[in-house]
Amino acid sequence: MNATYTKYELLRLIRNKRAFIFSLIFPLALYLVIAGPNKGTIPNLAVKIDFRTFYMVSMAGYGAMIAALSAGARIAVERSTGWNRQLRLTPLPVAGYFRTKVTTSYAMALVSIALLFAAGLMYGVRISPFSRWIEMTGLMIVGILPFVAMGVLVGHLLTSDSMGPAIGGGSAFFGFLGGVWYPLPDHGALHIIGECIPSFWLTRASYVGIGAPSWELKGWLVIGAWSVAMAALAGWAYRRDTKRV
Amino acid sequence: MGRSADAALLSHHEIGHAGLVQSTPTLLSRGAAGSAASISLIGLTKSFRSSAGPVRAVRGVDIEIAAGETVALLGPNGAGKSTTIDMLLGLSKPDAGEVHVFGMTPSEAVAHGAIGAMLQTGAVLDNLSVRELIDMMGSLYPYPLGVDETLELAGITDIGDRRTNKLSGGQTQRVRFAVAMVSNPDLLVLDEPTVAMDVESRHKFWESMRVFTGRGKTVLFATHYLEEADANADRIILMARGEVVADGAATEIKAATGGRQIRGTLPGADRDVLLALPGVRGAELRGDAITLNCGDSDAAVRALLQSYPAIRDLEITGAALEDAFLQLTASNEGAQS
Repeated sequence: MNATYTKYELLRLIRNKRAFIFSLIFPLALYLVIAGPNKGTIPNLAVKIDFRTFYMVSMAGYGAMIAALSAGARIAVERSTGWNRQLRLTPLPVAGYFRTKVTTSYAMALVSIALLFAAGLMYGVRISPFSRWIEMTGLMIVGILPFVAMGVLVGHLLTSDSMGPAIGGGSAFFGFLGGVWYPLPDHGALHIIGECIPSFWLTRASYVGIGAPSWELKGWLVIGAWSVAMAALAGWAYRRDTKRV
Repeated sequence: MGRSADAALLSHHEIGHAGLVQSTPTLLSRGAAGSAASISLIGLTKSFRSSAGPVRAVRGVDIEIAAGETVALLGPNGAGKSTTIDMLLGLSKPDAGEVHVFGMTPSEAVAHGAIGAMLQTGAVLDNLSVRELIDMMGSLYPYPLGVDETLELAGITDIGDRRTNKLSGGQTQRVRFAVAMVSNPDLLVLDEPTVAMDVESRHKFWESMRVFTGRGKTVLFATHYLEEADANADRIILMARGEVVADGAATEIKAATGGRQIRGTLPGADRDVLLALPGVRGAELRGDAITLNCGDSDAAVRALLQSYPAIRDLEITGAALEDAFLQLTASNEGAQS
């Protein structure tokens, strides 16, 4: 990876304050507003789960997904100014370009996760043993990979005008099918569809924090297949996208 | 070489037929130098789909450029300059024809860092200082110039610490020029580099360019200003409607297209008398207003004032390039049909 190029891309990420703050603030604000007044356990559940813990892990996964997708907005803006064409006239290989985009996406996602964890700790959330934190965070990092690739894909497919609805709609769609806000039923059509959607497994990664088991093989396969498919599509979109926008 | 030299002669023949460019010796010597060409475009064609049907943007362009030449690609909007440049840079694929850059395909040449380009559209990457941007771009190339050297060469040392989104139009253009130069390329391609520059920036820009070409680099720039091409290029390639319509030394092209226009108010003028004046090639009368197209406007205006001391509102302007192109292409078509 080209360290200088990546360094400046990370610097640009932080300096773009409005976008940086906005894509981080939404899940954090939801958490602070909803989990704040709702102490105690989730009602009507056989197992006792602390609501603030439940909401923290859910929003951490959801926020990481939004952060990953928001790379699309940055790429679309770069394309609209013609910068992408300029970049193609450098010896930077396609793989190098993607590595840097993935790195910045992950940086954004990790900041989002860290903010939610900090807010949770502030509200007194404790997850033990500590290895659960680690396992949950690790699975989240793997679980957002399809969304990182999806962000790069939409960035090269759509214009910056259509990016708001695309990211908003996309994250709502995947949030709903993945059971981010409402746990999906544990059988039936919605469950079967959900299991094929990467956000389902991202949510499952979150639930490790409230005592759920780790992914079964199916989870690894779904995340792997979506990652490969999205990365391949992103590569295709990048290669065809040489026109003046 | 044989094929493209033939094609060059052929298109030259058409121009000669239209009575506009007489430059056979230059063309022949250029053909001979073709074997050492650093860039060759052979039979390039490119069409685009549009709502009004296919648009043939480039229709069989042959260009050879030797190492160290500074060449202007001159033509009005829609002449196919940018499309040709896109194909030269590998940003778009020709429908037919070949592109060789230092014996490589465009994408190979780009991967070797041999090409620096300043594209027509575009801002620069935001949220960086000028210095940071140049540093970042330099890091992508195998043999970059130093950041300080690049800033100095582009004449932007004073704005090095400014954010790229806080620059004027002219400053942005010079930063984009620096982006093209930091790669220390063997071939520098500039698509309408001075658009959005004021007179002073334009002057400074060409000054920096001359320092750069002084290092023996090959430069191709597109422009629709004849003066700019004349002042800064060794050779001008004239494009119109997707074709090369003339190719030669700047002075030749200038003579072919660079006539002047005299306008004035002259009641009761006689067209035949006006046409008979020295230096006048064409005359047009509309009411009391006359327009003379002149090869030698100095001689024409002297004679005009002598014959018609009563003439008012005299105005002498350089003939618009677009008009010259229209004439040029129209006479070509006339000669063919």
